[in-house]
Amino acid sequence: MSSPSWPRCATDRRAMLGGLLALSLVRPAGATPEALAAAMREFTGGAAPLPGGVTLDIPPLVENGNAVPVGVEVESPMTEADHVRAIALFNERNPLPNVITARLGPWSGAARLSTRIRLATSQRLIAVAALSDGSYRMAEQQVVVTLAACIEG
Amino acid sequence: MVRTLLRVPATARSGEVIEIRTLIAHPMETGFRPGADGTVQPRDIIRRFTCRFNNREVFAAELHPAVAANPYLTFTLRVEESGILAFTWEGDNGFSQTETRPIAVA
Amino acid sequence: MGSPRPRRGRSRWLEALACAGALLLLGAGPRSGYETMTPQLRAMQDDDLSNPGMLAVAEGEALFAREGCAGCHTAEAMRGVAARYPALDRASQAPIDLSGRIAQCREKRQQRPPLPREGPAMLALTAFVAHQSRGLPLQPDPRLAEARRQGEALFRERRGQLNLSCAQCHDDNAGRRLAGSLIPEGHPNGYPLYRLEWQALGSLQRRLRNCLVGVRSEPFPPGAPDYVALEAYLVARARGLLVETPAIRP
Repeated sequence: MSSPSWPRCATDRRAMLGGLLALSLVRPAGATPEALAAAMREFTGGAAPLPGGVTLDIPPLVENGNAVPVGVEVESPMTEADHVRAIALFNERNPLPNVITARLGPWSGAARLSTRIRLATSQRLIAVAALSDGSYRMAEQQVVVTLAACIEG
Repeated sequence: MVRTLLRVPATARSGEVIEIRTLIAHPMETGFRPGADGTVQPRDIIRRFTCRFNNREVFAAELHPAVAANPYLTFTLRVEESGILAFTWEGDNGFSQTETRPIAVA
Repeated sequence: MGSPRPRRGRSRWLEALACAGALLLLGAGPRSGYETMTPQLRAMQDDDLSNPGMLAVAEGEALFAREGCAGCHTAEAMRGVAARYPALDRASQAPIDLSGRIAQCREKRQQRPPLPREGPAMLALTAFVAHQSRGLPLQPDPRLAEARRQGEALFRERRGQLNLSCAQCHDDNAGRRLAGSLIPEGHPNGYPLYRLEWQALGSLQRRLRNCLVGVRSEPFPPGAPDYVALEAYLVARARGLLVETPAIRP
């Protein structure tokens, strides 16, 4: 058997084919920046969230966008007087901008949750926390989603 | 009834902040995906999750199609007294399931 | 054979040298796909409460009791069984995989209707039985030499419109990338496993079918002896790897 130097670099024809196939299967066009802004406005009632105080834990590079582990933690004493009321997660380029919205309170003891989400493609993820004083805090993170070469179909 | 996995400590000290972890078998069909025949599969997701402690809602979440299949969710709760935790998942096509776990607080 | 992954007789000095270097760095022997996953995915597999494959194991445990398996077998007695499969079926003198054995037990001994091979019930039962062997090393059945030989021939045979063999990706180019994906060595030690691409638990045969379709080759029908022969070879090729069922893979 002769042994040509089969795929020696990632731009190999077959790799391209796989990539194109994967691209063609990506879900419909992503949410528009307007839809993202509108979803965030609905959560904050129009208030502009300030950066800081929120940790958004998501791997910067993911192997598969179907189940991406994500954690959100908000700095807060979680007392009656000073606590987090809600945490919402938004994305930039899935078909819909909302991911999950959670309601909590001082009885939660901590403002921390984790889940697994879908990311249709590389994009920005935004976590917003609603605080008991009516203010909003946020954190954002850019995530690169690699497209699989070998997909079922 | 579908399978769920729950991790709740059986015992806790009064005032302790416990972590609760939940996993449920559900496809979370987005409503954007074509099936084998080329037509778009209708949406079938869990839309709402709630956790009640002694009948008082202590955590709730609205889920959207961007939540991965077999939803996994962890959160915290400060417990002051013994009681029953009830977890409810509700969604499309009349989906509703509740699981309970006791917790003893000393 | 001295090399951990049997190769064609023809010597390829440069590749051998590169491989020797890689093996010095990585340690000799087969490497589970687990080793090349991100820390997040490894954590998803390691923690039973975050591993969605455990939902199927729990379902399988309930089925094991409800479907009458527990009338003859204890769960404890299932420990080590999956690590020895595929095995030789005495009656037919042919190799049989774990799902095939469960199906046989159900149809011949319980006289009950068959379960679809890749349906949720069979996957759950297989996952539950295989999970009892988690952490045990694969032990190829010594009686399957002929099936292994057939399986290795299939593994090395170029197939499909892309004219590719399994070996060209999973021996010659394992560790390299195809588009954004790492090419794994292709070991069978975590099945049935939860593949993120499937968003579900699936069998080794489903994975093999994906590969066949991927090289534009006609897949074998479900349960075909070709899959069992391939599995017999893959298990020997992965000798010593630990059972991970239910594994997570991207």
